[in-house]
Amino acid sequence: MQPVHIVQGTAVPLDRSDVDTDQIIPSDWLKRVERTGFDKGLFAEWRDDPEFVMNQEQYLGANVLLGGPNFGTGSSREHAVWAIQQYGFAAVVSSRFGPIFRNNCTKNGLVAVEVTPEISDQLMAAVQADPTLELTVDVERRTLEVPALGIEVGFELSDAVQHRFLNGLDDIGLTMQNNDAIDAFEAGRPAFKPATR
Amino acid sequence: MSVTTLATTMQPTRSRRGTNSRVFIPPVKHNPAADNLHGVSNEPKTLSQKVWDEHVVHRADGEPDLLYVDLHLVHEVTSPQAFDGIRQSGRTVRRPDLTISTEDHNVPTEDVDKPIADEISAKQVDTLRANTEEFGITHYPMGDINQGIVHVIGPEQGLTQPGMTIVCGDSHTSTHGAFGALAFGIGTSEVEHVLATQTLLQPAQETMSITVNGTLPEGSTAKDVVLAILGECDTGGGIGAIAEFRGPVIEALSMEGRMTVCNMSIEFGAKAGMIAPDDTTFAYLEGLPNAPKGADWDAAVAHWRTLRTDEGATFDREVVLDGSTITPHVTWGTNPGQVIRLSDNVPSPDMFDDPVAKDAAGRALEYMGLTAGTPMREVPVDTVFIGSCTNSRIEDLRAAAAVAKGRSVKNGMRTLVVPGSGLVKEQAEAEGLHQVFLDAGFDWREPGCSMCLAMNPDKLKEGERSASTSNRNFEGRQGRGGRTHLVSPAVAAATAIAGTFATPEDLQ
Repeated sequence: MQPVHIVQGTAVPLDRSDVDTDQIIPSDWLKRVERTGFDKGLFAEWRDDPEFVMNQEQYLGANVLLGGPNFGTGSSREHAVWAIQQYGFAAVVSSRFGPIFRNNCTKNGLVAVEVTPEISDQLMAAVQADPTLELTVDVERRTLEVPALGIEVGFELSDAVQHRFLNGLDDIGLTMQNNDAIDAFEAGRPAFKPATR
Repeated sequence: MSVTTLATTMQPTRSRRGTNSRVFIPPVKHNPAADNLHGVSNEPKTLSQKVWDEHVVHRADGEPDLLYVDLHLVHEVTSPQAFDGIRQSGRTVRRPDLTISTEDHNVPTEDVDKPIADEISAKQVDTLRANTEEFGITHYPMGDINQGIVHVIGPEQGLTQPGMTIVCGDSHTSTHGAFGALAFGIGTSEVEHVLATQTLLQPAQETMSITVNGTLPEGSTAKDVVLAILGECDTGGGIGAIAEFRGPVIEALSMEGRMTVCNMSIEFGAKAGMIAPDDTTFAYLEGLPNAPKGADWDAAVAHWRTLRTDEGATFDREVVLDGSTITPHVTWGTNPGQVIRLSDNVPSPDMFDDPVAKDAAGRALEYMGLTAGTPMREVPVDTVFIGSCTNSRIEDLRAAAAVAKGRSVKNGMRTLVVPGSGLVKEQAEAEGLHQVFLDAGFDWREPGCSMCLAMNPDKLKEGERSASTSNRNFEGRQGRGGRTHLVSPAVAAATAIAGTFATPEDLQ
């Protein structure tokens, strides 16, 4: 994972609720065995429409995805996070995220910024009115700032995830520092627990 | 939304274990499993807290708990990048003996003795076979009697047991919660983490109880119960919580029914869904291939009987439904919370006060090609799918066959019956269910996920409308432009015969 401190840029306003992971990356794209190449699959079923917001010239180059409520509900496919990142987004803003999607974001350095519905609505309207509106997501301060609108709000990011984001750390290496505790736990597991071979 | 009319209370109460780990820091404990087995802790706990606490390997201030994983289920779609990561970092699989693998999402349901025709699907399946071979993981390939949908094979092999932690790179892992296991879906990075360490980092979750009182009316099923719950909780009511399903209706369900209910926990956002193990659970498990035997069985049951929410334990959220009012349900929209009674009419966006719900309803009706006010019983269906990790077990097939027996599917109707595993298929054929289906004009297929998510050749075409026993009615879920309505197996079978949404009673 690459370290992430600040995400600064413009946003794409994806103004619809309940954008589930089947919409973010349709199942045809899940057959790949590689971790890359998912950018073209992002919102694949909507991308054919030239009017689709991501196809509009004024939003090209944006690096923040502004979603409606219940963004990323549905399946556990991490491919949804990979597709969003590989397309060029570094942060996603919504008033409510699907929980597995949100957790997957934390494993890849995609910043999921949860804001109130009021802020979300305000941002959506503002970005639709002015595609050049600049947003700043500050991982260190855990804030979303939009100076032109006078917005500066905090968002939740646990200490542990923030630490990994700022340092680009891999969970597995950190967990392996607790190998002794894992060994001890295994020694105390009840004998009746099943094994697969 | 309030299209259904169930008596409900949704009461957010003070959080015992807040979602923000900085607020409530539990004391450091290093192997609480042993403590809890010996009943040291006196504080009343919920079922999920007990199972959680038994698996804490490491707990520290400001960090998520490190939980031990008793069983890791692996399939072809969410694992290749994880195995790659293991290889690239020079790590290995810590506990192949606590890991089981199958191929289900991509596999065709016809001609399974031939190679998979779709090259990309074939590559993904071949990759899993090579990975499991390399790391010494037991794998059930297509055509093997033990192969099937990952959430069907765990329970039928007796690998799913009460009080376990079970994970899989699939959001419907909550299915295993029917046994009183703490089971949830994980992403590919976490799959790699479990392969390497047999543990997972998990922030504390809130607790949620969903109580279904009374008794179900004749003709209503576990699927209708969970669809009614979705009507109440919508797609977000469970976010940040582990749900426990309780009450007389839940206790009266078979294990298959309980799995159907727990399966859809993620559809209202819950981390997991659980049901306290009881004599129904133990009777189901006893004698299964991997169930404990002899003295181990006695020790296991003695412990499993302690896995109940204590008197005096409180939940952060509570939902109560009156089961006696739950009639057959059907979804009308493009998320599982958009659900009504089959006897209702297609709702109008005007019925929703919340502007977001109103907007979503309008969009859903347009995608689904439905007109507000149309009775659901008059909506014509062209495809019926009976299968998926929600409803492909033997009891589901029996329920559908009971409706199909002696009847014929509507002319032109496409029907797929896809058993959940090789063992389910074998059992169904031993009971003659396949002949009932074939005589009625249904297709009888080989096991797999099939049309639930359209990764194999079983797909809806643009504009086709299905009655499906699966778990998601998202746009394009069963094929681009396809329109999915979620129903129970009995309703699916009746709909195949009537040609429009119908209950078995409608066929009389």
